Amino acid sequence: MREYIIRRLIQLIPVLIGVTIVSFSILYLAPGDPAAIIAGADATGEDIQRIRVDFGLDKPFVLQYFNYLSGAFTGELRSIRTKQPVLTEILPRFVNTIKLTVVSMVISIVMGIFIGVFSAVRQNSLVDYVGTVIAILGICTPVFWLGLLLILLFSVILGWLPAAGMNGLSHMILPSVTLAVASIAVIARMTKSSMLEVIRQEYVMVARAKGLTEFKVIFKHALRNALLPTVTVVGLRFGYLLGGAVLVESVFAWPGIGRLLVNAILARDFPVVQIGLMLVALTFVLVNLAVDLLYSYLNPRIRYWS
Amino acid sequence: MDLTETTNNAKARSGRRKPPLAVFWTRLKMHKLALLGGVIVIMFVLVALFVNAIMPHDPFKQDLRQRLRGPSHEYILGRDDIGRCILSRIIYGARTSLSIAVSSIGIGLSVGVLLGALAGYYQRLDGIIMRLIDIMLAFPSMFLALAIVSALGPGLRNVIIAVGIYSIPTFCRVTRGAVLMVKENEYVEAARAIGAGDATIIFGHILPNCLAPIIVQTTLYIPAAIITAAGLSFLGLGVQSPIAEWGAMLGEGRVYLRVAPHVAIFPGLAIMIVVLGFNLFGDGLRDALDPRLK
Repeated sequence: MREYIIRRLIQLIPVLIGVTIVSFSILYLAPGDPAAIIAGADATGEDIQRIRVDFGLDKPFVLQYFNYLSGAFTGELRSIRTKQPVLTEILPRFVNTIKLTVVSMVISIVMGIFIGVFSAVRQNSLVDYVGTVIAILGICTPVFWLGLLLILLFSVILGWLPAAGMNGLSHMILPSVTLAVASIAVIARMTKSSMLEVIRQEYVMVARAKGLTEFKVIFKHALRNALLPTVTVVGLRFGYLLGGAVLVESVFAWPGIGRLLVNAILARDFPVVQIGLMLVALTFVLVNLAVDLLYSYLNPRIRYWS
Repeated sequence: MDLTETTNNAKARSGRRKPPLAVFWTRLKMHKLALLGGVIVIMFVLVALFVNAIMPHDPFKQDLRQRLRGPSHEYILGRDDIGRCILSRIIYGARTSLSIAVSSIGIGLSVGVLLGALAGYYQRLDGIIMRLIDIMLAFPSMFLALAIVSALGPGLRNVIIAVGIYSIPTFCRVTRGAVLMVKENEYVEAARAIGAGDATIIFGHILPNCLAPIIVQTTLYIPAAIITAAGLSFLGLGVQSPIAEWGAMLGEGRVYLRVAPHVAIFPGLAIMIVVLGFNLFGDGLRDALDPRLK
């Protein structure tokens, strides 16, 4: 098992390096001279040359790459727009996005599993029907539209919940629910089909025959085995949650890294864009690895025979 | 009684096996949903193609005296923030979304399928290509599109490129998987024995037999393309005014949510219905083409 983990970590290294290179190269993919792009529309030739020297754009690519990375850590690399060190801009907002994403993930796991189990156990009931409709529509509804609808209902018409900002628990509710809906749909569907398969197995019948309460049969025996594919799905959803966070942050004015990146892109603030992308991608890769390892740990077939 | 008999009796008595009627009903429901999806898809394509015949008004004509008017007899879905007819813009938006979807999937298919075929057929290329794909997949979907738009700038053409690139990894993986399975078949060996060149084998024999998963993937990717493009436009990074695109309409309309919610509600509804159609149809297609069910 330990060798498996180490092997996976080693396989990860080229990908991590590749991610930093790609994030860094964004500036160079842009058509035109990077210095001119940073300088802006009405810069003179002198300005452009000065920027070129300031940003070290006249040095070889590889040297620039390392300067960039070290500059990000030492605080020398600064946002073009605010002149603050990039990490000072990025890290607090990144934490905000993580908060939002984690809360959404928890909501979607809890609701998703609950709806899925209910649908499986009480097929063709009202909960099953409603759950299936939510599952189908939930994936198809654009997050940003759903956010606007929820704002319309709960903020504008009912006035129960705030629509923007991050000033307290109530501000967290609408954004995280909006973000969670699509994942609830997917997780519920997966849990339901997985449970249906498991319930038909013989060991469930054995558990019933032993005289265990239905509750224990479902939750202690059936669900534990049905959850395995759900772990994979949850891991996959993390990427969609991060992506959705960009849109949700924009709708609800949540001060997260998604919104920061969008504004940075609009303002051509490349250092922020490059380091921000890098950070998000690195986190994503590591979380995927963690989910993979968790799955390997939980799945007895892989654990004992790898 | 031995254990098998006990098991079977218990199964029959517990009523866990569905009566044939219920099985048939479940299958039919699935087919009906797929059929509904198909109808929506066809209507979407028709609307996009025959935009000029269907639109009640000019989608670009402004009328600032009538800004933000709600639905009325003449303007069924109301007017937007500079007086343009929302229904006409939604109809025109179907054409925009379809063009984006087709163009970007074109990019994704041509590059992705080619890379996947190469990775599946040539062992030595497999490692490198899959590493590249892993790096692309290291960026969560929306962020990859954002990265590309940040380099190239906003605009319709760059949205198509961004969404196209974002679809490459999946097409590559699907093709590679299919190629790996198909290339073990005997007719491939036979073709090689006759002396057919690699290109002939790949394009003439292997790929034609990999079509099913690729087609299913395409049908399931079109809604993703539409939603991603809409998301980019919503953020202001995608399609620019005055081009009518559903996400952009939502972005413009959101400021007026309190006073004129209809501006934001209807385009989003359009997105949802079209995405629903493609998803239902794609699911049905996947179930129909699934070799295990045959």
